Amino acid sequence: MTAIKCIDLCKNFQQGDVVIKALNHVSLDIEEGSFICLSGPSGSGKTTLLNAIGGLDKLDSGEVYFNGRRVDQLGKGPMADLRLHYIGFVFQAYNLIPVLTAQENVEFVMQVQGVSVKERRRKSSAILEEVGLKGMENRRPSQLSGGQQQRVAVARAIVSQPKLVLADEPTANLDSETAAQLMDLLRELNQHHNVTFLIATHDERVMRYAQRLIRMQDGKIIADELQEAD
Amino acid sequence: MKSLPVSAMLRLAWRNLWRNYRRTVVMLLAIAVGVWAMIFMSALMRGMVDEMVTNGIDSLPGYVQIHQLGFRDDPSINNSLQPPGPELLGALENPLVAGWTSRVRVPAMISSERDNRGVTLLGVDPAGEIAVGFDLDNIVAGRFIGSPQDKGLVVGRKLLERLETHLGKRVVVMSQDPDNNIADRGFRIVGVYKASLEGQEENFVYSGRSHVQSLLKMGRQVSEIAITGHDYRAVDELLEIIRAASPPGSEVLPWMELESYLYGMMGMMDGFILVWTIVVFLALSFGLINTLMMAVFERVREIGLMQALGMKPSSILYLILMESLLLLLLGLLAGNILAIASILPLREGIDLSGVARGMEMFGAGSTLYPVLDLHDLATANTVVIVLGLVTSLLPAWHASRYSPVEAITKI
Repeated sequence: MTAIKCIDLCKNFQQGDVVIKALNHVSLDIEEGSFICLSGPSGSGKTTLLNAIGGLDKLDSGEVYFNGRRVDQLGKGPMADLRLHYIGFVFQAYNLIPVLTAQENVEFVMQVQGVSVKERRRKSSAILEEVGLKGMENRRPSQLSGGQQQRVAVARAIVSQPKLVLADEPTANLDSETAAQLMDLLRELNQHHNVTFLIATHDERVMRYAQRLIRMQDGKIIADELQEAD
Repeated sequence: MKSLPVSAMLRLAWRNLWRNYRRTVVMLLAIAVGVWAMIFMSALMRGMVDEMVTNGIDSLPGYVQIHQLGFRDDPSINNSLQPPGPELLGALENPLVAGWTSRVRVPAMISSERDNRGVTLLGVDPAGEIAVGFDLDNIVAGRFIGSPQDKGLVVGRKLLERLETHLGKRVVVMSQDPDNNIADRGFRIVGVYKASLEGQEENFVYSGRSHVQSLLKMGRQVSEIAITGHDYRAVDELLEIIRAASPPGSEVLPWMELESYLYGMMGMMDGFILVWTIVVFLALSFGLINTLMMAVFERVREIGLMQALGMKPSSILYLILMESLLLLLLGLLAGNILAIASILPLREGIDLSGVARGMEMFGAGSTLYPVLDLHDLATANTVVIVLGLVTSLLPAWHASRYSPVEAITKI
């Protein structure tokens, strides 16, 4: 079943006198429960595509459908609501709110959703255990390593069981061992929770985990292929 | 659409406040000192105006006065009143009445062997005068009038100096009887009083009421009935009670109309206190805006992250406003404690005898008693909270307007 449908997405940026085509007539279907990597060099349009699908950025033209509902024209409030209930994010850095503990960061989205304290506590404890951070619930981000911080961000992204998790270079600041552990975790969560993952990366090791690899260049999809994941 | 619960927002705001504790402490100190300045200066100004009004109305005018109609235009013996009848006496028993007196008050000429001056001769019942506010401690030599029949004269310290006479000497007081004949009599000076205003010492002389009535051939009639209450700011109810019981042909007026200059000064001082409060706040507001702007600029990525996670722009706005509110409340708490702690030890008064003449120009005495008025306290707190939040709207609005993607990618 198609979870996300993108039709003819265009997004240009002006840099001085030069117009950069970040998305150049991109069309894409994403199946529910899939584990997809967007790859390509810097400036190829991976992040712009993620931002467009997540409603963080406005498109110049094109249409984005989420479970059959057109979402690219939603206002700020409804778009925030869509992200709150259906989309999880994992960014490269600055993922966590520094004044909140690991558990509070994980609970943040559920708090905004209005989930009861008891339910929040139960879910956040379970997911932190699942991502291997049991016993670190009360640590602030500054007391966690980079890998642990990314695990908290992943826990937060999936704790409220979104339909889609968008991850932008989630391993960029991690050493190779930690990166591999994180990717193992994402793959496991994808299989365990049937959450759709769309991961932007230019790390070849990350791409090996994908069932489907989409290559981008100059704002265009140049290859879209299924592969055997590691 | 849902937003972050207030308790969670409060926790987040509180922790954000202490991220840069040095900046927060400096801002808190600025707010506390500002609030202290607002309240402390208001207390001094309120003390001065309170004393001005009290000096002006307590001893002679009272809070409410009854006259014969026309007395204010022609304060002569022909515009006199009958002494209070049973109905008025009943009203004067009301708990709102702190004291009352009836007196004769006529323009007169006083002559010593060296000089003469125009004065106001007051024929008084000493018990009533004391009840409405005459302070026996103000008698600096001799004694006060002993009874309504007392034939002695009590003069002000300044008048004694002007007349170049002394306690125990005789003076002649001259006025007019109802038939416009000269009524004069020799009085012995039995007492000298002081007042906070030199003008009062120079203008008013006291003698026994019956004695003055007899001199002026006015029977038992009086010029005015002065009534005091418990709070000079709230006389409306007292005024209504006295008006309802006053005889026909009389005029009952509050001190605000009798002493319109004083009342105007009071209103002006209220306005001045408000302006002072706002000026101090304006100085504070620059620091507040700067603090919040810095707090917002430092957290642009975090604000973007919260928006990406589904927090609405309005929630971001409330979050920044809540941080500002917490900062303001803490500053207010410290400022109020500081102000109260510095005003309470000064309850016994601040000696300003070095600038007594200047103070007298304002109608105040040489000791200033700061008055911690709840209304002023509320004004200072309200101004800081309301204008503080209004001022914080700019950085809060700024924060809520970030586009998530711009905020997240901000370097």
